[in-house]
Amino acid sequence: MARKLNLRIWRGDSTTGALQDVQVDVNEGEVVLDVIHRVQATQMGDLAVRWNCKAGKCGSCSMEINGKPRLACMTQVASYDEDETITVTPLRAFPVIKDLVTDVSFNYKKAMEIPAYSPPADLAPGDARMEQIDVERSQEFRKCIECFLCQDTCHVIRDHEENKKSFAGPRFFIRIAELDMHPLDTLKNRKRTAQEEHGLGMCNITKCCTEVCPEHIRITDNAIIPMKERVVDIKYDPARWLGSKIRKRDGIV
Amino acid sequence: MSGVFSPTRAKIKERTLRTDKWWLQPAITFGVLFSFIIYATFRAFENKYYFSEPLISPFYSPCLSTSCEPGSALSFFGQPFNNKYFGIGISPALFILIFPLGFRMTCYYYRKAYYRAFWLSPPACAVAEPHTKYTGETRAPLILQNSHRWFFYAGLIFNVILTWDAILAFRNPDKEWGHMSVGTLVFLFSTTMLWFYSLSCHTCRHTLGGRLKHFSKHPVRYKAWTIVSALNHKHPTFAWISLFGVAGADIYVRAVASGAITNFYFF
Repeated sequence: MARKLNLRIWRGDSTTGALQDVQVDVNEGEVVLDVIHRVQATQMGDLAVRWNCKAGKCGSCSMEINGKPRLACMTQVASYDEDETITVTPLRAFPVIKDLVTDVSFNYKKAMEIPAYSPPADLAPGDARMEQIDVERSQEFRKCIECFLCQDTCHVIRDHEENKKSFAGPRFFIRIAELDMHPLDTLKNRKRTAQEEHGLGMCNITKCCTEVCPEHIRITDNAIIPMKERVVDIKYDPARWLGSKIRKRDGIV
Repeated sequence: MSGVFSPTRAKIKERTLRTDKWWLQPAITFGVLFSFIIYATFRAFENKYYFSEPLISPFYSPCLSTSCEPGSALSFFGQPFNNKYFGIGISPALFILIFPLGFRMTCYYYRKAYYRAFWLSPPACAVAEPHTKYTGETRAPLILQNSHRWFFYAGLIFNVILTWDAILAFRNPDKEWGHMSVGTLVFLFSTTMLWFYSLSCHTCRHTLGGRLKHFSKHPVRYKAWTIVSALNHKHPTFAWISLFGVAGADIYVRAVASGAITNFYFF
């Protein structure tokens, strides 16, 4: 049975904008994206909202709902009190384009800065063989749908615009970890570049990226902290450094 | 204007639009950790009521100073430190507390806790922090967080010592074996939680197997890594319980040593 929902939607562009109150019908089982679409269809025909799959798999409808970075298609209206006003805004870490749509191109630029998977030079197509236990760590990170909620909530760039040039963000730390842990990746300097070029040391592991991940990837525990420990291996651990010189290998086998 | 108030971002004047009690968890963390710091500082400088045969406070063990109460020092370590340096009396606790303190200060979980609760960086997720500049752990002093593994190794040594203290708690005040008191249980609980806290640590996980690229070539280390990974899920819980366990053991020893209570013996 339909009921009325009080919704506040941020409307505007990069120059101006404000929260606007609307009242909209909501039916049992609907998600926030459903009611945004109803507002768009009945009251705000020019409301800009980015969406695609409505199944939590494309990562398009990322926005902030009552101040929390979330996927609108995966946020049940029923998870809020009936008399509660739901406030939806665009992601606040990225430049706004219009209404609920932001410019997330920062992330694509950072993606291009991460060196690609680098298999052994003599590995012919189709010849790659790996044991499951060697790839399962990397597979967790492949669940990423690139919604960029982790990037949005990360205070290193959310609260410090100036850090964007030197900080890749949690989404790309799991990409680096995925490759560094990959059994057939041969690139040796991923740990060093993670620290020196992609800003791993700026992360102070407050775990907000993990809290907002809709795929429940344990970003901090399984990617960022292991990468920080690998960086310690090569940069801040004299015993490991000495061992690598004596044994003529990097210790990561 | 920076951060969420940057010129290109959506013009929203609030620092956060969160409607839940986001401030509650950092407030509790601040209250508990601050209370522990005050209590631990007081106890470290108090320099008394830390030993009552066979119980020694974990804040003072191993007791390494010439001023240690008779019977409190372990013969294995001796008493290499003087009770005074440059004319200033120094509590035996001050010679050793840097190690367990350093382990907790550099712990990945506690870092999250105190960066949020004490430094408000950030106070909670999607709540704008008050600082105008941020460099994270890239320069001094926070780059020293990378020393965590050394404190982890030191912490293991302390765990062995405190385990020995718990074993000694199976003696009575006359140093006869085969007895058990409330203090024995307090020490066993405290020490067990310390082992869980240490073994669930991210550095332990990395050292045992996390640094490997091919688990399949190291089946024993892989098994160890999977066990520690399972424990690692509960690392924050062990961090808090072990903190309370250590504080509880010290409070108990102080109460017994000061005569406020008697250490009840079951047998």
